Amino acid sequence: MTTTIDAAPPEATNGTSFVHSARFRIIALVLVGIAVMSAARMIADNPDLSSSGTFGVGLRTAAPIALAGLAGLVAERSGTVNIGLEGMMVMGTIFAGWWGWEYGPWMALLGGVIGGMLGGLLMSLATTTFGVNHIVAGVAINLIAPGVARFMASELFLDVQGGSVTTSPGNRGEIGAFTVPFLSGGDLFGWQSPDVLGWFEDTGWFMIADAAGFAKGMTTAVTWDVVITMGLFFGIAYLLWHMRLGLRLRFAGERPSAADSLGVSVHKMRWIGMAMSGALAGMGGAVLVLFSNRYQENQVAGRGFLGLATMIFGNWMPAGTAIGAGLFGYAQGITLRTNPGDLVRTLLLAAAIALILLVIWMLVQRDYAPAGTVTVFAVVTMWAYFAAQSPNNQLVFITPYVVTLIAVSIGAQRLRPPAEEGIPWFKGMQ
Amino acid sequence: MFERIWRASLAPLMAAATAIIISSIALIISGNDPIDAFREMWKTIDSTQSVVIIVNVSVPYYISGVAAAIGFKMNLFNIGTNGQYLLAALIAGWAGAEVSLPPVLHVPFVIIVAITVGGTWALIAGILNVTRNVNVVVSTIMLNYIAIGISAFLLAEFFRDDATGGLVANTKLMPDSARLPALNPIFELFGVNFPPNTEVFGFLPFAILLGVAYYVLLNRSLFGYELKLSGMNPAAALAAGVNPKRMVLITLFMSGAVAGMIGLPFLLSDPSFLKYGDAFPTMLGFTGLGLALLGRNNPVGIAAAAIVWATIERATQRLGPIGIPPEIGKILQGSFLLSAVIAYEVVRRRNDAAAVAAAAAATHDLSDSSYEPPENLSTGQGTGAPV
Repeated sequence: MTTTIDAAPPEATNGTSFVHSARFRIIALVLVGIAVMSAARMIADNPDLSSSGTFGVGLRTAAPIALAGLAGLVAERSGTVNIGLEGMMVMGTIFAGWWGWEYGPWMALLGGVIGGMLGGLLMSLATTTFGVNHIVAGVAINLIAPGVARFMASELFLDVQGGSVTTSPGNRGEIGAFTVPFLSGGDLFGWQSPDVLGWFEDTGWFMIADAAGFAKGMTTAVTWDVVITMGLFFGIAYLLWHMRLGLRLRFAGERPSAADSLGVSVHKMRWIGMAMSGALAGMGGAVLVLFSNRYQENQVAGRGFLGLATMIFGNWMPAGTAIGAGLFGYAQGITLRTNPGDLVRTLLLAAAIALILLVIWMLVQRDYAPAGTVTVFAVVTMWAYFAAQSPNNQLVFITPYVVTLIAVSIGAQRLRPPAEEGIPWFKGMQ
Repeated sequence: MFERIWRASLAPLMAAATAIIISSIALIISGNDPIDAFREMWKTIDSTQSVVIIVNVSVPYYISGVAAAIGFKMNLFNIGTNGQYLLAALIAGWAGAEVSLPPVLHVPFVIIVAITVGGTWALIAGILNVTRNVNVVVSTIMLNYIAIGISAFLLAEFFRDDATGGLVANTKLMPDSARLPALNPIFELFGVNFPPNTEVFGFLPFAILLGVAYYVLLNRSLFGYELKLSGMNPAAALAAGVNPKRMVLITLFMSGAVAGMIGLPFLLSDPSFLKYGDAFPTMLGFTGLGLALLGRNNPVGIAAAAIVWATIERATQRLGPIGIPPEIGKILQGSFLLSAVIAYEVVRRRNDAAAVAAAAAATHDLSDSSYEPPENLSTGQGTGAPV
């Protein structure tokens, strides 16, 4: 472990350009992360912390959060602060539960997209066309959507075998999954290819087994909705930074007046942004429905807000949002494993180690004030690790929010939201 | 006077009409008769018992609306009232059951604990805002879920009443000294006859007091003036010597403190609770955000909104037996809220435009003389000077 710490700090004396580059920092951070996990796994003797199974579940629980984050990103890039993500996800779940029950899993996905899009368009009507304060409209959407969902559920599922006001009867079939051949032993035209990553994972070697577990988790039995989610990250990133429409969308969020003066219709862009945002959030809801195979009331359970947190954590960028969603999805995923109590404790240990490293790093950087704050968190985490006899899932439940709060309080100066998001815009405004 | 009331109620009335139309359409689509539904709803609320229930339900709604409104008034969106009230109710419920005090002290003790916890929790967002420049919407949303998680953790690990076994978790029952008596005798003086098992909860006067305090603070105090000024025009407030950081801290503390009171009607006066536990209502904070929007942050408006909300809930409770989904109430509430929010904005913009037009008309002669006369320009005599 010590070797990796020594390797990690990029500021260490030699001033070559690679050491200062963002790429080096990311690689160093990833290596430190793997080392921390590996150390915690070995100290606590709990290989499940970084097993492919845990990462696989984490990926699936991360997907809805990631989609919500991406939805928030598109909305905010086009200038609308979307607090209504939660409501749009709820709309997605009810439509996905309905169509999944009537027509099957793929239609559930489509239904979620349409349901969420309806929510997005409704909010855009208020924010873009009528200029209602974005927070106000988002709060309204969040209050409306559960009502609509409940009304629809009572109409659709109440008198059906296996259905009720709170649950759909269940989807028609599963969406199916995909395993990468050669890496994780997927089938290739009926022939089972070797499971290379699985072999490395079983060795239990320091860092290597953990990295292999991660890679195998990402490539084993990945359901198609999750595959599409991963694809959407690349797609949206390409759209926003490499296509004309994306440029215009971002223009509407950064400088609406300038965009207008160059002939870009700000209202049209914000409507498109909200439609896409709603569709993505609704798809997040559909992924939840596909995961539990049915619509359940309250199954969104704050994931819309968590997506918002993820997006802020990721500094309004797709890559950052994906990393944030991965972290938070992992934290949620371990509560679904066979022995969550032990996993939670081991994760607390990993978090404590990571926080101590962060404090050391901050002291080296002479950021004394935030280092004090983080020290408090490190001590609390350490205390929780030693004190918690029956570690409570609630502690894991709050970690994403605590992490985001820490990240935002440390990095609020470095975060850069779109310049004019959240401000209703009309023609003739400066 | 009447014109003022008419003006203020025009937008909500339009919104109510829209909500009724939308709900009727939803009912027709789902194959029900809207007339039947609304007739049954009226029949349900037309009784003393229903009125009492509506009043009792609207009290926590009202407090929640006021809590949100305090922040909204200053453009500080305290989305975290939900977490603030849950944490406050848990700790106040636990502390209230642990101590033994005479009645005159016990109730204030519980109230003070709740206010302190709620306010302190909201203050975290304030401190993060003034020291680290963290957006209040973001931090209060995060703190919301942290509070929900922490209160579930504390309840399960420390504050749980061990006497209740099994899967149920709640704090100990509040002692009698912390119990606010029902208000039935007062109303009976005025000739109201209560059916059995119906009582007006004793927290109602506190809620009314809170509304009066909110009104006085906002409209009759220097602080209220500074608060509104900071909300409407931060730059002007700063120029007038209002310390924005101090305002953020005080406003969030007050908003959180009031949010801390949301759970008190249940802890102190609802005989079916008198403790914090699994059955405790969990979404009142979010509802309050909507009520503050509906009531336009005005104490009377919020009270009206809370009563409307509770009325819709009560009215739809008995629709099930006649085959109409009671969930239509949620559609009614939701469409009312969204159309009200839009209607307010439309009316506000129209009024602003009217004000601009009126101002333009009032200065018509002035602007005319300064810009219009071409002969002034051509003769080269001072261009801008009014004649």
